[in-house]
Amino acid sequence: MCEAGTPNQFAQKLDNYIDSLTHKKENLIAVLHYAQEIYGYLPDNVQWHIAQKLDIPSATVYGVVSFYSFFTMIPRGEHVVNVCTGTACFVRGAEKLKEELENQLKIKAGETTPDNLFTLETLRCVGACGLAPVMIVDGKVHGRMQKPQDINEVLAKYRPEG
Amino acid sequence: MDIQLTINDIALKVPEGTTILEAARTVNIDIPTLCYLKLNEMHYNNNIASCRVCVVEIEGRRNLASSCSTPVSSGMVVRTDSLRAIQARRAMVELLLSDHPKSCLTCAKNQDCDLQSLASELGVRHISYEGDESEFEIDMSSSSIVRDPNKCIRCRRCETMCNEVQTVGVYSAVGRGFETVVKTAFDLPLSKTACTFCGQCIAVCPTGALTELDQVDKVWKALNDPNQFVVVQTAPAVRVALGEGFGLEPGTIVTGKMVAALRRLGFDRVFDTDFAADLTIMEEATELVHRIQHGGRLPLLTSCCPAWVKFFEHQFPDLLDIPSTCKSPHEMLGVLIKSYYARTLGIDPKTITVVSVMPCVAKKYEAARPELSQGAETADVDIVITTRELARMIREASIHFDHLKDEEFDHPLGESTGASVIFGTTGGVLEAALRTAYEVLTGETLEKVEFEVLRGMNGLKEAVVPIAGRDYRAAVVHGLGNARTILEKIQAGESDYDVIEIMACPGGCIGGGGQPYHHGNLEILSARAEGLYREDRSKPLRKSHENPAIIGLYKDYLGEPYGERAHKLLHTSYVARKKI
Ligand code: SF4
Ligand code: SF4
Ligand code: SF4
Ligand code: FES
Ligand code: FES
Repeated sequence: MCEAGTPNQFAQKLDNYIDSLTHKKENLIAVLHYAQEIYGYLPDNVQWHIAQKLDIPSATVYGVVSFYSFFTMIPRGEHVVNVCTGTACFVRGAEKLKEELENQLKIKAGETTPDNLFTLETLRCVGACGLAPVMIVDGKVHGRMQKPQDINEVLAKYRPEG
Repeated sequence: MDIQLTINDIALKVPEGTTILEAARTVNIDIPTLCYLKLNEMHYNNNIASCRVCVVEIEGRRNLASSCSTPVSSGMVVRTDSLRAIQARRAMVELLLSDHPKSCLTCAKNQDCDLQSLASELGVRHISYEGDESEFEIDMSSSSIVRDPNKCIRCRRCETMCNEVQTVGVYSAVGRGFETVVKTAFDLPLSKTACTFCGQCIAVCPTGALTELDQVDKVWKALNDPNQFVVVQTAPAVRVALGEGFGLEPGTIVTGKMVAALRRLGFDRVFDTDFAADLTIMEEATELVHRIQHGGRLPLLTSCCPAWVKFFEHQFPDLLDIPSTCKSPHEMLGVLIKSYYARTLGIDPKTITVVSVMPCVAKKYEAARPELSQGAETADVDIVITTRELARMIREASIHFDHLKDEEFDHPLGESTGASVIFGTTGGVLEAALRTAYEVLTGETLEKVEFEVLRGMNGLKEAVVPIAGRDYRAAVVHGLGNARTILEKIQAGESDYDVIEIMACPGGCIGGGGQPYHHGNLEILSARAEGLYREDRSKPLRKSHENPAIIGLYKDYLGEPYGERAHKLLHTSYVARKKI
């Protein structure tokens, strides 16, 4: 989800984009989206930079970022693991699945593993209720995730060899 | 078009668009409010309708309505006094209290807190809900403001003040729904933000979430140190507001009682910042003339307000060369006490503690600025306390304030003219400067010393004053939003002013962040301004350059105004800061 490149290239790209806009302040949300695409998340210094470029208080930028759930201030891992918390999954043990993932990854939902490999998040019904409870890794649905070793096997596929 | 409705069986007519709350006030029904605050003179309107403390019952509607945000409609039947409305309002306050710290007794806002008064007025006797008390860190990072987010009720009054009136934008609501909190950018401590420490957010915060950094104990300690010679000075705006702390009418002039009280507290000398205001006029007027004669950059901007100074350092670092280099008056007096006066007394400046009593919380931060000291150990001013803190010290010492007999300031640094007294209100510095500039430049006597166009609460006031064959274009702005507007004009090269007075607080220092709380009643500010103009009229001397102690100071010690020694002691420099 985040692009490859050096921090300088990222910053240059973002500045070019902002410079291309006729209305800057009005396009805060679009700029934030663009920045998140480049960086994968919105760290403080990027938000601060955007505030300077758009000439708005950085507290306002921070407020907007914190308001919309599609923005994140936490770096994303290489793989994003989502647990569905929709009704069907909930009934069939989504909570246990989440706890098991938290155990195996040693992080809480919303966090990223220290090696930057996995980010664990939750989302609403993904329309695979027949397979409940489900987890989704990088967009791919894995169903009937009840046994710890099944879960472990799925995760293993995303770990580098060795 | 007028709308007819009834409130508690009273029939009334109000213009379309009026809220139920405003309509009720016209017939003397006071619906309690908490988050809502409207200050017309400042163009301040905090109308987010979040607390629901103002709910009323409307016939035919299932839900209670927040009266602060619901406009009246034709034929509406409103009850503010139904059992349901009363109970709901009480429940709202109970809910707010459920996760509020129960530390009223030791809170800086004890007896001055809107939440506390509401709980009392609405008869909250127990709290039926149990909420988790949040545990936020208290921000004591600055020398001016203490921010205790645990006491925040999320009314966002501070945010509206800082964003819309002051245009500094330090705070923002962060998060959504019930989890919303009011925070600084990236949750930084205030000292790391572009906060100017004007304290206007403190002035509108209904709880103890925002307060000044309390320095009273430091003053007590100095007063009880036998090795310290403790000198106090008081700003112009304090003398017309301090009385409010003792139940006197706003605007009552209590100069004499204040001086008496300060002596009772044990200060070794009681001096007047007004003296230094007269001195500021001498320096600033000379600086202006100097710039005009030497083709310096115009306009000259006044520099007696530290919040305004910090504002331009952050927001307009490219304009650092236009503000006057004059230190603010209390800093000038501080340095003179530790140089000129110390020499007169023959004592070591290191044994002198200078305490400033100010209407201002920014002056606390200012006193800690490294530029404003003579070497690392001798700050020009050591401790700054606000009008509110002084009122408390006087009570702590069980002094019966209103029974005190008037006393006079000490000489020579207590002598002042009417020109310096009006420094405390918007327009006053410029008016004082014009009185002196006129006489010094023309050599004639100015018969009418009042410049009425520069007075009052208008955000921008202007005058063109012909002096000795040249038209001087002068402007006055107060409130940092108004300052921003005029600075942007200067940046764009669209301004032809010669001199501009700028104060961070709407109304000037009479409305400072360290004054007794106005609780939303801005008539208090006008009354204080009127008090200062009365004091000006009552003075035998009303022009700064006529102050005999000032004349003596230049003769004995400083030499020429804007001269070498004056430069060293009375002038300062500015730093470009980041816009955060
Ligand atoms: S002190 Fe002034 S600048 Fe600082 S946060 Fe409060 S209102 Fe804003
Ligand atoms: S700090 Fe004070 S003014 Fe600001 S939101 Fe909290 S309670 Fe309201
Ligand atoms: S206007 Fe006066 S009270 Fe307000 S910040 Fe400036 S100096 Fe302080
Ligand atoms: S509830 Fe989980 S996929 Fe529908
Ligand atoms: S005062 Fe009306 S909702 Fe807060």
